[in-house]
Amino acid sequence: MSRIQFPKSIASRPVYGILAPRPGKAHLMIADAEGAEALLDLAAQDAGLMARAHILYIPRATGEAYTERLRALNPAQLYVGPSFDAALPRLRRVLSDAHMGLQVYLAGTEGLMGRAAAEVAAAGIPYGAVQTEHRGSLARRMQCVHCKGITEDVTTDPFVCSHCGLNLFVRDHYSRRLAAFQGVCIDAEDPGNIPEPVELYK
Amino acid sequence: MSAAPQKAKAGAEKIEVIVSAVVPVNELVTRFEFRRPDGAPFPPFSAGAHTVVEMRDQGRTRLNPYSLMSDPADPSLYAISVRRDDQGRGGSLYMHRQVKPGDRMTITYPVNLFPVDLRGRKHVFLAGGIGITPFLAMIAQLERLGARWELHYSVRNAALGSYADALTARHPGKVRVYHDDRKQAIPLADLLDGQPLGTHVYVCGPKGMIDWVHRTATEHGWPKDNVHSEEFLAPQPGTPFEVRLCKSDMTITVGENESLLEAMERCGVDAPFLCRGGACGQCETDVVEHDGSFIHRDHWLEDDQRASGKKIMPCVSRFVGPTLVLDR
Ligand code: FES
Repeated sequence: MSRIQFPKSIASRPVYGILAPRPGKAHLMIADAEGAEALLDLAAQDAGLMARAHILYIPRATGEAYTERLRALNPAQLYVGPSFDAALPRLRRVLSDAHMGLQVYLAGTEGLMGRAAAEVAAAGIPYGAVQTEHRGSLARRMQCVHCKGITEDVTTDPFVCSHCGLNLFVRDHYSRRLAAFQGVCIDAEDPGNIPEPVELYK
Repeated sequence: MSAAPQKAKAGAEKIEVIVSAVVPVNELVTRFEFRRPDGAPFPPFSAGAHTVVEMRDQGRTRLNPYSLMSDPADPSLYAISVRRDDQGRGGSLYMHRQVKPGDRMTITYPVNLFPVDLRGRKHVFLAGGIGITPFLAMIAQLERLGARWELHYSVRNAALGSYADALTARHPGKVRVYHDDRKQAIPLADLLDGQPLGTHVYVCGPKGMIDWVHRTATEHGWPKDNVHSEEFLAPQPGTPFEVRLCKSDMTITVGENESLLEAMERCGVDAPFLCRGGACGQCETDVVEHDGSFIHRDHWLEDDQRASGKKIMPCVSRFVGPTLVLDR
């Protein structure tokens, strides 16, 4: 089972739901890795959705595990790509051609859902109207508040900033615009005094 | 529901005005323009705002909300348009029959419960009848910003289409007028489809039209946040009922032709309000005890709050039964 109940936290921390079919003129689905399972579940609830669905899927470490099953859903369009950045030009093109009545479904890691939601919001669909479902890795996309560099797929707290090398504490403080949590230097007062890194949510 | 801001006196701050013009627009609608006696600029307002006009009608005070229709960029005047309602409670008849140029009146600072969402890529306005008024201000504001908009305006017939000709002449590509008597209707489903992402739709008109737009937009997959509406309800007459106000320590009777809010005011209770039309939430009042049934008519309370029997909106809602005790 790739689902997790996140502990209750501060208001800025995103919360995710469970994808459900909604009436719409077109359906845009963006998922990475185990997020594919959420799309499969969604299709099982309403097979009619897929005739008007455009799926952007980034398998990441799951390789070929889900792509054939997604293809078997017979979506109107299916794109499988190596990374979110590789899919971005296509996503932007889809959004610029889209009309009101488009439903957006996001599934998978927090980093993917956050970045996709920011693009979708910039295109004019409010955050509250976008459905999300977390599946798979608990890794987070973190911004170092000191050097502003982004470190993807952070799985421990604290962690080392991949840009400036500071030891950063993982906060729940989240930026929708950056689609990233904030990492704050943990040993500023007492350099070198760094707690043993622990795996997130373990 | 958010907490009401604490103020010394109920209602928004007041402004003394002089009626500078009374202009008949058609058989049913008249425009009233206000200036300040000292010539000072009016407080700025954003399009969609309304003001509450105080009418002293033979010892009775009427307070009616009207959307400001004037250009928000012009601080020298406020204008409203009032549709005469011969069946109504008398506020519009008072405006039409008694108010003359040069009269002094009191109105409130504007309050906006129907603002334009300026994040919108495009704005689609749907007006029914006198519901055109807030859109006149919105159009002025959006024209100045160079924003994209279009208006679909449904009127009974050409003669009653307030400002329809002026709007069509000034914005030929953006305004469409539909005449009931020619069996023309706003093609809502077609309009909702094909709008660019980030479009917002705004509706002001009769209740049936507002419900139709919300329902159809939801069916077409529009997010709730992109659909905006405003409807001021007028309080409806009803059977008189008694209310115990525990904080004020008095028992009052709400008459057939007044609202609970008006009855409290008549008895000297300074009860909070802003819109007086069931839209703003300001008048929300806790029910301490009741035996009987509520007639909820507001657009504010959630279904579970209504079911709880613990809240009432005195500006538009009534009660039938022997006991009602309010925390006021
Ligand atoms: S005064 Fe606005 S809801 Fe009653």
